[in-house]
Amino acid sequence: MSEARERILADIRSSLKRSRLDPEAEAELRARVTAHQRNLLPARATALNHADQVDLFVAMAEEVQATVTRVSSLAEVPEAVACYLAAENLPAELVMAPDPGLDIIPWGTRPLLRIRRGRAEADDRVSVTSCCAAIAETGTLMLVSAAQSPTTLNFLPDTHIVVVRGDQVVASYEDGWDRLRADGSTEALPRAINFITGPSRTADIEQQIELGAHGPRRLHIVLVEDGQATGNAENDE
Amino acid sequence: MRVALFVTCLVDLFRPTIGFAAVKLLEEAGCTVEVPRAQTCCGQPAYNSGNRADAKALALQVLDAFAGFDYVVAPSGSCAGIIRQHYPELFADDPAILLRARELAARTWELVSFLVDVCGMLTVNVQWDRDVTYHDACSGLRELGVKFQPRRLLESVTGLGLRELPGAEVCCGFGGTFCIKYPEISDKMVSDKEADIVATGATAVLAGDLGCLLNIAGKLYRHGRRIEVRHVAEVLAGMTEEASPIGAPR
Amino acid sequence: MLATSRTFEANVRAGLADDNLQRALGLARTGFPLRRRLAIERLPEFEALRETGRSIKDHTLEHLDFYLEFYEGKVVASGGKVHWARTPQEACAAVLQICRSVGAKIVTKGKSMIAEEVGLNEFLEENGITAVETDLGEYIIQLRHEPPSHIIAPAIHLVKEQVAETFRAEHRSLDPTRSLVEPRQLCDEARAVLRPRFLAADVGITGANFLVAETGSSIIVTNEGNGDLTQTLPRVHIVMASLEKVVPTLEDAATLLRLLARSATGQEFSSYTTISTGPRRMGDLDGPEQYHVVLLDNGRSTLIGTEFQDMLRCIRCSACINHCPVYAAIGGHAYGWVYPGPMGAVLTPSLIGIDEAGHLPNASTFCGQCESVCPVKIPLPKMLRHWREREYAQKLSPPVYRGGLSLWAWVTRRPALYHILVEIASRALGWAGRGRGRFRTLPLATGWTAVRDMPSPEGRSFHSLWAERRKSGADK
Repeated sequence: MSEARERILADIRSSLKRSRLDPEAEAELRARVTAHQRNLLPARATALNHADQVDLFVAMAEEVQATVTRVSSLAEVPEAVACYLAAENLPAELVMAPDPGLDIIPWGTRPLLRIRRGRAEADDRVSVTSCCAAIAETGTLMLVSAAQSPTTLNFLPDTHIVVVRGDQVVASYEDGWDRLRADGSTEALPRAINFITGPSRTADIEQQIELGAHGPRRLHIVLVEDGQATGNAENDE
Repeated sequence: MRVALFVTCLVDLFRPTIGFAAVKLLEEAGCTVEVPRAQTCCGQPAYNSGNRADAKALALQVLDAFAGFDYVVAPSGSCAGIIRQHYPELFADDPAILLRARELAARTWELVSFLVDVCGMLTVNVQWDRDVTYHDACSGLRELGVKFQPRRLLESVTGLGLRELPGAEVCCGFGGTFCIKYPEISDKMVSDKEADIVATGATAVLAGDLGCLLNIAGKLYRHGRRIEVRHVAEVLAGMTEEASPIGAPR
Repeated sequence: MLATSRTFEANVRAGLADDNLQRALGLARTGFPLRRRLAIERLPEFEALRETGRSIKDHTLEHLDFYLEFYEGKVVASGGKVHWARTPQEACAAVLQICRSVGAKIVTKGKSMIAEEVGLNEFLEENGITAVETDLGEYIIQLRHEPPSHIIAPAIHLVKEQVAETFRAEHRSLDPTRSLVEPRQLCDEARAVLRPRFLAADVGITGANFLVAETGSSIIVTNEGNGDLTQTLPRVHIVMASLEKVVPTLEDAATLLRLLARSATGQEFSSYTTISTGPRRMGDLDGPEQYHVVLLDNGRSTLIGTEFQDMLRCIRCSACINHCPVYAAIGGHAYGWVYPGPMGAVLTPSLIGIDEAGHLPNASTFCGQCESVCPVKIPLPKMLRHWREREYAQKLSPPVYRGGLSLWAWVTRRPALYHILVEIASRALGWAGRGRGRFRTLPLATGWTAVRDMPSPEGRSFHSLWAERRKSGADK
C-alpha cells in the first residue's frame, strides 16, 4: 500500500512538472491551512442583528419542515416537549442525550415523561438532544458527537427533538467552526459533526419529496429565547 | 461606420433574404455596409469536429477578408460566436496571429446585439400583425449574451404580440453535424421544441440563427403546423412581404 | 463497472423507445432547473461563490501532493487509516482486507460513485460478503440489477409502478395484497426493510463529497440519513474517495457546500451534511471503532497538467446532467458507465479510454448550458471538443464524416470556386423545391429528412445577388 502511496504522489508531481515542494513552499501552504481564512460569506444572516438572526433561523428551519416551538426559559421546555408529543400522538417516552445542558432542565415538572439517558437503540421512537450551534443562514442545526451527545440519537428514532438556546444561534457555518475551535476541539474534531437541516427526506421516486426516508420523519426544535449557558439565572427566578 | 457583413454559408445558400435584411437594418442604423467577396465559412464544422488545422486555415481566411473594417457583423450567433470567443483560442500558440484574432474578435458582433448595444437602436418602424414566440439560439445566448436585444426591438413592432417560449433557452437539437450524426437524439430535441412552440399558440416563431430555423421549420412542416418561421432580421427590417416564410412555397 | 458506452447508438434507441424512461425524464427535465434557479435567486452571492469555488479547487489541484500528505497525517492523528489505491483492483483489495480483518459478513453502503467505478459490490459478493445499498435509489436499482442512471438520483429513470413491481417481487415475506401505489408507501416499505440491515451490518461504506486536509475529515452530503446510519452503527467505517476530493480547510468546504446543494437539488442545504473524523473517541457511546479511507487514483493523477485538468474541479453536483438536453432525451444508461451527461462525457473517456467511450463527447450540440450552470465553472464544451480533437488525430471518427468535412474545408478555402458551387447548388435546389418550398426527402440528407422537411433555398446565392445589386447600382 505504501508503494501505491509513493507512486501516486510521484505521478501527481510529474503531472505538475515538478518535484516535491521545497520547505518554504510547504510552510506557506501549512500557514494557509492553519489560518483557515474565511471566504466570502453571504450577507443574508451576517447582516442581521442577533434577534433577527434567531427569527431567520426559525423561518428557514420551518421552510424545510422542521417544527419550532419558542419558549422563554429552560423551565418551560418540559411542558413544550410533553405537549408536542401529545399533539403528535406519540408516547411520552424518550431517550435523552446525557448532556449537562439538558440535565439542568427541570424535567421533574413533567413526571409522566419517561426519560432514559444514553445512546439510541433500534426501538427508540423519540430522542431529545441539545446542539452545538444553530445556523441562521439555512435553518441548520450543528450537533457534535461526544460522550454526552451520541449521534445515534440524531438518526435512529422517528422523532428528534432538539433544545436550542437563543445564544447558540449564529449566522453561518463558519461561526459554527469557530465555536468548535473555541472549545479547543479542532486540534482533533469530534468524531462526527452533523449539520441537520429539516427532517430526513428523499425524492428518489418520481421526484416527489417524502419525509422520513431513513432518518427521523419529524424534527422538532424547542428554542429557548433567553437560555444562558449555566441556566442558573432561570432557576433563581 | 464601415461595417463588413459576414454572410454565413447557410444564409448564402438557403436564404439571402436574411443577408439583405441585415444590410437594410445596418444602413438604417447609419452604417455603410460592404460584403467582402473572399469570405466563405467561419470554420465551425472543422473546429467542432476536432480538425484544428482546417479551422485555423479558415480563420486566417476570415482574418484576411475582414481586415480594415470598423465592425464585422453576422446575422448568426454561432458564426459571430466562434470569431469572438474561439478564434483567439485557436491561435493561442501563435502570438502574431493571436493579436490579429483578438483584434478581429473585439469588433465582431451578432447582428441584433450590434444594432442595440453598439448602434443604440431602440425601436424599428415596422408593422407586422402576428403573435410571435422567440427561440434563443444557444451560441448567441450563452457566448454572446443575446437575450433582451431581439425582444426589445420586437416589442417595438406595431401589431406584434410577443409570447415567451417555455424552454426558450433549451437547445433545438440542430448542433451542426450533431443532427446528422445523432439524428434520433436531434429529432427528440426538436420535437420537444416543437411542442413548446405549439403550446404558446403563437402563429410565428423567430430566432437569430438560420441553422435553428431550418431545423424548427422542417419539423413544424413535417407535422403540418401552420406556424411561420422567420429570421428575426427579416421581421425587424420589414421584409415579411418580400419573402415567404422559411419552408413555405415562394 | 462494466461499460456499454461502445453501444451508445443502440443504447440511445432503447432509451428513446422506453416509455417509462421518457415519462420519468419528463418529470426531471423541468423540475431540477426550476428548483436550482429559485435557490440561486435567493443567494445574491452565488456568482461570486462560483469564482471562489473554482479558485479553491484550482489551488488544491496545483498542490495536490501536499494536501493529500497533510490530509493523511491528520487522519492518522485522529485514529484513522488511509489506504492508497492506484487502480480499482487495489481499492477493492483494500476494502476486502479490512472486511476480512473483522470477519464481516454484511456491509451497508451509502451512495458512492467511486464504489461503482471500481465494481465494489460485485467484488464483495464474489468474496462471500453481502453488500446492501441503503440509499433508496441505489437500493431499488440493486434489486433490479441495473446500474445508476444519475449521480445523485440513481433511480431517476424509473416510474413508481416499476418500483412497486420490484418491491413486490423482492420483498416476498410481506403481505402480497398490500397497497403499493404511492411514493409514500414505497418509502415506508424501504425504510422498514432496510432498518434491520443497518443494525446488522459489520462494516459501513460511504463515499465522500469532500475530504478536508485541515482536520483529516470526510464529508458526506445526503438527505435520507442512510449515509449516517451506515457510518455510525457498524464497527467499521470505510470511506471511498478519489484524490481530487480533498480541499484545504473547513472554510473552503463551507464555500463549496454552499454551491453544492443549490446546484444539485435547489436545496439551501441538504438534510444531513456530516463531517466525520476518525473512529469513536474514548467515552463515546456510539460510533465505529475503526475509520478507514480508501483513496483512489484510477487516472486522476494523469489528468493533472493536461487540457482536462479542470474536470477535476467537479464536486459531483449533477447540475450539468440536469440541464443537458441530450441527457433529458436519452437518460443516463445510454452513456454506458458510471457517469452520465456532460461530466460523464468528459470523464468517461479519460477513465475507460476514448476508443471505448468515443461516442460520448460527440453526442453534444455544444449548447453550453452545462458550463453555464457548473458551480465551479468547468468549461465542459471545451473539453468535449478536446476529446474530438484527439479522436480526429487518431482517425477514430467514421470515414464518411471525415471525408465530408474535408471536402467542405477544401471547397471553403477556395472562395472563387465556393461561390460558383453555392450558386449552382442554390439554383438547382431552389428550382427543385420551388413548388412546395421544402423537400420531404433529399438524397444525401436522409438522416434529416427521415424526421423533418428540408426548407428549399431561395434559388440564388446571397453573393451572386449582392454582386448583381451592386452592379445595377453602379450602372445607375
